[in-house]
Amino acid sequence: MTVALERPAIAAAKPARRRRSSIGVVTPYLQSAPLALILGAFLLLPIIMIVVVSFWDYDFAAMYPDFLTTNYSDVLGSWVTWKTYLNTIKFAAIVWALTLFIGFWVAYFLAFHIRTTAMQMVLFLVCTVPFLTSNIIRMISWIPVLGRNGLINSTLVHLGLVPKPIEWLLYSEFAVVLAMVHLYTLFMVTPIFNTLMRIDRSLVEAARDAGASGWQVLWNVIIPLAKPGMAIGTIFVVTLVMADFSTVQVMSGGQSASVALMMKNQMSLLQYPAAAANAVVLLVLVLLMVAGILRIVDIRREL
Amino acid sequence: MTNTSKTKTGISRRSLLKTGAAAVGLAAGSGVITGFPTIWAQSNITLRQFGTGVSNLNAIADKCKADLGITLEMTATDSDAAAQRAVTQPDSYDIADIEYWICKKVFPTGVLQPMDVSKLKYYDELVPLFKTGKLTPDSVIAQGTAPHTVGYVEAQDSKTFAKAPTNWFTMVPTIYNADTLGIRPDLVGRDITTWADIMDPAFKGKTAILNIPSIGIMDAAMIMEATGNIKYADKGNMTKDEIDKTIDFLIKAKQAGQFRAFWKSFDESVNLMASGEVVIQSMWSPAVAAVRSKGIACRFQPLKEGYRSWGGGLGLAAHLKGAELDAAYEYINWYTSGWVGGYLNRQGYYSANMVSAKKFMSEDEWGYWIEGKPAKGEIKAPDGTVMEKAGAVRDGGSFEERMGKVACWNSVMDEDRYMVKRWNEFIAS
Repeated sequence: MTVALERPAIAAAKPARRRRSSIGVVTPYLQSAPLALILGAFLLLPIIMIVVVSFWDYDFAAMYPDFLTTNYSDVLGSWVTWKTYLNTIKFAAIVWALTLFIGFWVAYFLAFHIRTTAMQMVLFLVCTVPFLTSNIIRMISWIPVLGRNGLINSTLVHLGLVPKPIEWLLYSEFAVVLAMVHLYTLFMVTPIFNTLMRIDRSLVEAARDAGASGWQVLWNVIIPLAKPGMAIGTIFVVTLVMADFSTVQVMSGGQSASVALMMKNQMSLLQYPAAAANAVVLLVLVLLMVAGILRIVDIRREL
Repeated sequence: MTNTSKTKTGISRRSLLKTGAAAVGLAAGSGVITGFPTIWAQSNITLRQFGTGVSNLNAIADKCKADLGITLEMTATDSDAAAQRAVTQPDSYDIADIEYWICKKVFPTGVLQPMDVSKLKYYDELVPLFKTGKLTPDSVIAQGTAPHTVGYVEAQDSKTFAKAPTNWFTMVPTIYNADTLGIRPDLVGRDITTWADIMDPAFKGKTAILNIPSIGIMDAAMIMEATGNIKYADKGNMTKDEIDKTIDFLIKAKQAGQFRAFWKSFDESVNLMASGEVVIQSMWSPAVAAVRSKGIACRFQPLKEGYRSWGGGLGLAAHLKGAELDAAYEYINWYTSGWVGGYLNRQGYYSANMVSAKKFMSEDEWGYWIEGKPAKGEIKAPDGTVMEKAGAVRDGGSFEERMGKVACWNSVMDEDRYMVKRWNEFIAS
């Protein structure tokens, strides 16, 4: 409504302003130029190049500018691709559900059960401590824990709980999911914690005054208000899992495939156009997923 | 401040280059200096060498600088990247340190120049394996890209490989070895005699093969043939049908849970073996040594079907000429003159010039590494760490026993692209 009312006024003011100075007109462009240049040079241009290269021809040594659709028909026509995409989406779904569950409760505990802001910040920083080491190290350190002669198995065997070591702990899909949940939960905790902190506490009081039980407050007040944070966390986790290759490679012992791992294999064999075609397909898929998330939850309310 | 200092370095580097170039010109022009080493010492000549990493050793660069005054700039890549770089960036290197199967891909593109055999001081001493394909006159030529098949071209400007030795050598062989399966003798619980043993149901979930398609397929072929499922015409150059059969066999084994993992890098293979995750797997000899150095029993088990072998050499970039070309020859002659050979032999690889390498090894070292005799004292690696105690015998025995039983060389197939595609299916399955 306000917008509609203001519009004639702006229209009236416009000619006058234009006459006053042309600087006023270019200012917004100037202001957005730095970001536009950076995004253009480091995001848009590379993506355009990837798209262009995905149509090229290649052999072991070089790429040849061309317009071929064989790279795409190879990618989309092979059962390996479909199986790999399904596998990757499966990982994404499992990891998403687990990180959302764990992430929400960690954030909830931090936001509602820790009384002082100082303590909240201290505990939140404690959550980020593992990030001081590299991704790879956090992942690889699972190997001596889960291995056939690792900590868990030797303890179980020692206690007589299992007759022989459990094989599926390492080099299995279980290991992949475990490592991913470990690596990515914080990406869920942070945005959810942020939204939970912004929830007006008087809303909770009002709900209680109106006779809502603890679960009703949680379900009808807190979770709906935390949705933007969950959506942002979901975008982080889903894109990270979809693009992961090292975790899948290391934790599955090369037994399991992921889309990014398939691309990495192609690149190491210098089949760049094939990898580019794969990258475009993955990009489209991930963008569709993000668009889907944004349709369900309006994250702009958050910003 | 930063700006000024930057400019300064730029200028000084440039002037240094100028002076260097002038010195080369002067030296070459005046003809005052006759001995090569003196020239190199004065002109600071640099050779850029890139390669697959096995022999890109700092110790070699240091020794080369000390002996010849030539600075070696080394770059290590994996083999696929090496093949690509050799072809697409021919001006970025002077010496290509590549494997023979890469040479098969690269040499026909004209980025390397053949070597004049008469300029190679130690040509006559080179192991005949690289000239005729036979280690001894009565040995059988192995399948795959055997080095001698891509070792010569017809003429200086020719790009097609010659069938018999000529005066034009494509690469000087430097380093090679015979690979087989590594086992944990304490965990396998029986004698391992054949490549087929990796498929024994007793080792279900305790085996691994390497996930580098061009090499993994060869190991798979050795296994497949040993199980009696197929007889390849040439393991190193399979037909589509043979590739299909091999990959289907692997997929079946994978789905039955025969494999614990597929490794891609050296340290992965070491960890798999050392932790006991696998008890039998494809392996490389330095990885076996690395497991053993942790005090864990590990054998590079000789198998009745023979070894899968690989070999590398040094090739000259096509753009080399004049003083640089002379320096490159000088470097290659130095490389085969013994010090490097002894160094490589002591790492468990083989030198292509055994005659000169022997002079740089102790009698005990020669006996252990090359003759397959029990070590009399401690056997030490070039860096001084103890590799074997007195009494140890090398797995597989002597040089002749090991290199004489090569069944197949690493190779590049005509159906390479199809093989890679199917290999990816195997990993994804």
